[in-house]
Amino acid sequence: MATYSTNEFKAGLKVMLDGDPASIVENEFVKPGKGQAFSRVRIRNLKTGRTIERTFKSGETIEAADVVDVEMQYLYNDGQFWHFMNPESYEQLAADKNAVGDNAKWMKEQDVCIITLWNGVPLVVEPPNTVVLKIVETDPGLKGDTSGGGGKPATLETGAVVRVPLFVQNGETIKVNTRTGEYISRA
Amino acid sequence: MPSNDSGDWQPTATLDILKLRARMLERIRAFFSERGVLEVETPILSNAATTDPALASLATRYTGPLFPHGQTFYLHTSPEFPMKRLLAAGSGSIYQVCRVFRDGEAGRLHNPEFTMIEWYRVGFDHHRLMDETGELMTQLLAPSLSLQPPEKLTYREAFQRHAGLDPHAVTAEEFARAAGRHHVDVPRDLRDHNDVGVWRDLLLTHLIEPGLGRGRLTFLYDYPASQASLARVQPGNPPLAARFELYLNGVELANGFHELADANEQRTRFERQLHDRTAAGLPAVPTDARLLAALTHGIPDCAGVALGFDRLVMLAAGARSIAEVIPFPIDRA
Repeated sequence: MATYSTNEFKAGLKVMLDGDPASIVENEFVKPGKGQAFSRVRIRNLKTGRTIERTFKSGETIEAADVVDVEMQYLYNDGQFWHFMNPESYEQLAADKNAVGDNAKWMKEQDVCIITLWNGVPLVVEPPNTVVLKIVETDPGLKGDTSGGGGKPATLETGAVVRVPLFVQNGETIKVNTRTGEYISRA
Repeated sequence: MPSNDSGDWQPTATLDILKLRARMLERIRAFFSERGVLEVETPILSNAATTDPALASLATRYTGPLFPHGQTFYLHTSPEFPMKRLLAAGSGSIYQVCRVFRDGEAGRLHNPEFTMIEWYRVGFDHHRLMDETGELMTQLLAPSLSLQPPEKLTYREAFQRHAGLDPHAVTAEEFARAAGRHHVDVPRDLRDHNDVGVWRDLLLTHLIEPGLGRGRLTFLYDYPASQASLARVQPGNPPLAARFELYLNGVELANGFHELADANEQRTRFERQLHDRTAAGLPAVPTDARLLAALTHGIPDCAGVALGFDRLVMLAAGARSIAEVIPFPIDRA
């Protein structure tokens, strides 16, 4: 069983915390001038996404988590699983609803996603930061309005709904920020 | 020759901050010069090391004339011992600006080597030295920060105010309950620990320090006798160490003592700390026999304080980390 000591703590380190895989967000070395040293960390549970604070005595060890991030191409959804392929090895794997979560609404076939694997099983699926998607439904905008002020809802081919400027029309493709859910531009 | 094009040859501190450092050093030297305190330099290398189990010394080796078979020398964690030898030799009040070294310490507020301002005032006790430290800090920080007048708080008052307990009277279980009440996460190793010293450190660092020195200098004094370090202990119930620390905006800046002058007591503390090191699985280190000889000869009644200069510059500059005020921290050294 691999372990890490507090001296190895840094942002991004993947460890086991209370039986769940977790990622260190921030590590602070705390020490009174003449006393016990501690590592005070903010750490994110990779299953729940929740970030909590934990303190370790300097020199304590913690179990490493077998967690890696891989880039994989999204292939299709079979109604239950989302299927991905490693573009180099052609290896395929399937992610369930827990791993994909709300990100399902940004998943477009052929896009390259980042999949966090824990013991080889998908834990989290992150779509690209920006995706290009087609508008399948939006109200016709007012003629002559090119300012983009105001805006209107538009439903995209993946089912996501974003606010777009009035001049953007049905059938157009747009670029969207998946982290904020905001329209960026016409594609 | 290894090539490096990552850009980490560049300093982490801006030129403006390096200029601020230089101005603050000038003011510190002027402050002591006006008061007749003599600037001295003592060796960084010593054949002895601190026995304090909370401090780890770096070591190096010299081989050559005088030591043909090689000799281990420890890099000082503070210039305290040789400065006390100067005091014993009749130097009068002295100060030093020097780089000190500590193994195992790196982070937002720590770098393994850092600049210390350490001074000793003959005839002062720790209260008079707190007052002088306050004057120096106010002069140095006044141009950048507007501060309320300094406050003095006993170690007990600080725990009562921020943790609702008496740190001298309560048991490990009560410290654990206070940690729970204030949502302080308790390290796994500590959960069944009955050493109140470690519990005090946990609550001090996690709960109390962040609230100290908000907009003013806060001096914490009257430490538990177990944390006397090199301070005199005043008898009483409980006995209290004549030690103080200075905080500003939650950052520990200085540590001072009404200095222990009793050679026998000093020898006993060295022995106890060596015992504690062994019990904690830490390496044994040679104790400073020359300090003991100087104390036996006799040092004048005095108080001394060590100030972390880099943290002081940090606060003056409004910086968040020590890397912003030193040109090359350890990962760029």
